[in-house]
Amino acid sequence: MSGTILRFELCELPVEARALREEVRAFLRAELGADPAQRSRYSWFGFDPGFSRKVGARGWIGMTWPREYGGGERSALERWVVQEEMLAACAPVLSHWVADRQYGPLLLRFGSEAQRRSFLPRMARGEVCFAIGMSEPDAGSDLASVRTRANRVAGGYELHGTKVWTSGAHIADFVMTLARTDTTLEGKHAGLSQLIVDLRAPGVSVRPIPDISGVQHFNEVHFDGCFVPEQNLVGREGDGWKQVTSELAYERSGPDRYLSATRLLQEFVRHTGSEPAEHTAATIGRLVARKSVLRNLSLSVASMLQDGRDPALEAALVKDVGTHYEQSISERVHETLGIEPRAGTGSELERAQAWTLSNAPSFTIRGGAREVIRGIIARGLGLR
Amino acid sequence: MTSDDDLLRDSCELLFADLATRDAIEAAEGGVWPETMWQAVEEAGLARPQLPESKAGAGGSWNDAHTVLFAAGRHALPLPLAETMIGAWLLARAGLDVPAGPLALAAVREGERPRATQNHGVWRLDGIARGVSWGDLAPHCVAVAQGESAMMMLVARDQATLSRESNLAGEPRDTLEWQGATVLAAAPLQGEDAFMLGALARAAQMAGAVDRALELSVRYVLERRQFGRPLAAFQAMQQALAVLAGHAAAAAMAAKMAFRAMDRGDASFEIAAAKIVCGEAAGAAANLAHQAHGAMGFTREYPLQYSTRRLWSWRAEFGADSHWAAWLGRRVAARGADALWSDLTSRD
Repeated sequence: MSGTILRFELCELPVEARALREEVRAFLRAELGADPAQRSRYSWFGFDPGFSRKVGARGWIGMTWPREYGGGERSALERWVVQEEMLAACAPVLSHWVADRQYGPLLLRFGSEAQRRSFLPRMARGEVCFAIGMSEPDAGSDLASVRTRANRVAGGYELHGTKVWTSGAHIADFVMTLARTDTTLEGKHAGLSQLIVDLRAPGVSVRPIPDISGVQHFNEVHFDGCFVPEQNLVGREGDGWKQVTSELAYERSGPDRYLSATRLLQEFVRHTGSEPAEHTAATIGRLVARKSVLRNLSLSVASMLQDGRDPALEAALVKDVGTHYEQSISERVHETLGIEPRAGTGSELERAQAWTLSNAPSFTIRGGAREVIRGIIARGLGLR
Repeated sequence: MTSDDDLLRDSCELLFADLATRDAIEAAEGGVWPETMWQAVEEAGLARPQLPESKAGAGGSWNDAHTVLFAAGRHALPLPLAETMIGAWLLARAGLDVPAGPLALAAVREGERPRATQNHGVWRLDGIARGVSWGDLAPHCVAVAQGESAMMMLVARDQATLSRESNLAGEPRDTLEWQGATVLAAAPLQGEDAFMLGALARAAQMAGAVDRALELSVRYVLERRQFGRPLAAFQAMQQALAVLAGHAAAAAMAAKMAFRAMDRGDASFEIAAAKIVCGEAAGAAANLAHQAHGAMGFTREYPLQYSTRRLWSWRAEFGADSHWAAWLGRRVAARGADALWSDLTSRD
């Protein structure tokens, strides 16, 4: 049947998910209300292993995974609600976020039984932190050009190469590393594999790369012949590219695409007061309207994942529209109030603006640069 | 989406594609009432989908009304479907009889309304309403007037002195003047209800028209060749249409949310949000779609203009996005920063 190209549906949130929201909200009020560090958090980019363990104890990590691996066998929609609440509260979730979002699902799909038994329960308890080892000095958006080599040796691999922009590698336990296990094959997509690398193993060094936000976040991870045991190969040797592209789809459409700069919107509303001028009110109205719509677009993708459908086009659209939206918040704040961003000192709004300005450029780079995402959308539309 | 939704969408698509031909749209834009087209839509039960069967409706929901209006917007169907659905629903809600045939809608806002007066139990209508959708072509008009409170009045077309006008899309937007007009039925109305329902309907129509602009653009860049390859092969074009798709997705979702909220009860938040997001999408989509089509899209001969001229018109009707943005912003501000998130999630 002809008709619309896009298949977003308006999803009904089940009763249990709505009840769960209240439960999570109460937990966060109790946990974060007592945390002095919370005052200076303007997004969810905080690292707090203690907090992650508490979240794990509540069963809110790996919620959709099978119980036998420490999961909760709950729906993707319940997980979506938990994610939303964590992000909206600027909770420090970095320690478990990557494992929950992409590496748990990756191991469930491609990992060995031993890997699932070893890693998934620890991930679900919030005890293990993963970093993403994809980008390299010469392989960013052109990810398949990775040059890190994993040479076969007795009992495993010897790893040589460098990863960059590795968020959280200085605090993480493992880095999921995309490496070339076969250099003899034709085509850059062939011969790639994913390896779980212990960041504390000999031969691994982590060097911080200060970013413009002033918080250590980025790192360069150097592998100088470090040994990776054979059982840390994820999936089949040479299937790395296929695995990585499916992993990226998990990463794309979650609430982190429209709730990373949410504190700035909140402070903007607080600053302008209960009776803002017409133009200011209209700016707030536009931002809130878009946010309400983005939430339902993201929920729709969660629902497609729940039903086992492949929402590649829709997930890319959520990321593109969501990140563009979040970047626009600082611009609107500037246009309306013209305040100077201030880090450290200054009002809540000035600090939230400073945080957002110096972090928002990354929104349309991480998880697929805007141009790459739009290429994926174009493919979904049938243009390429 | 249930299979019933799919069924209704598919039958609207088929029927409207069949009815809204170039010739039919051109004739309607020329001021000819498309009676056969109306009959076909009426017989298919699509004129009042959300009214109970006892009120000449199809016994469905506002969600059904959304499906019909989105498809009508996609096909630039030149009929007062939105006006009839809204007028009939307001009449039915007040317990009044719904007349057969199409309705015009004069959803006049406070301060500009004609006067409603009552003498010995008989209502009369006096004054002027401008920009009345389909005022000259529909046999009856539902008009919002001002008595002691806001009133909704059903008047026959022959009670008004008419001056024909049309919007950029060639749709009738007439000026009606009443002098002691006989009123067929009257009932009090909640403030700006009719105006808000107008915004609701235009949001769905705009979402449909944006979707159509995307569809036409995708088709065109795949067919049109320049520099030895299809336009679709150029990254610049791919990126632009990806942005257009984002607007289409947002507009469609915003409209759906608003109609679902109607089925649940208070929909004012979602209607405002929908009129804002669809209005923004209308502007951006029209721009991107025309750019993708080059000079061809600029011609009267090519069908893109049926969508874009409507988008430009509908965006400003029943409150432009700027109007609803300020309305929504004031509402959010009055509730305060700390209520923002819980208010948003409470509407799931």
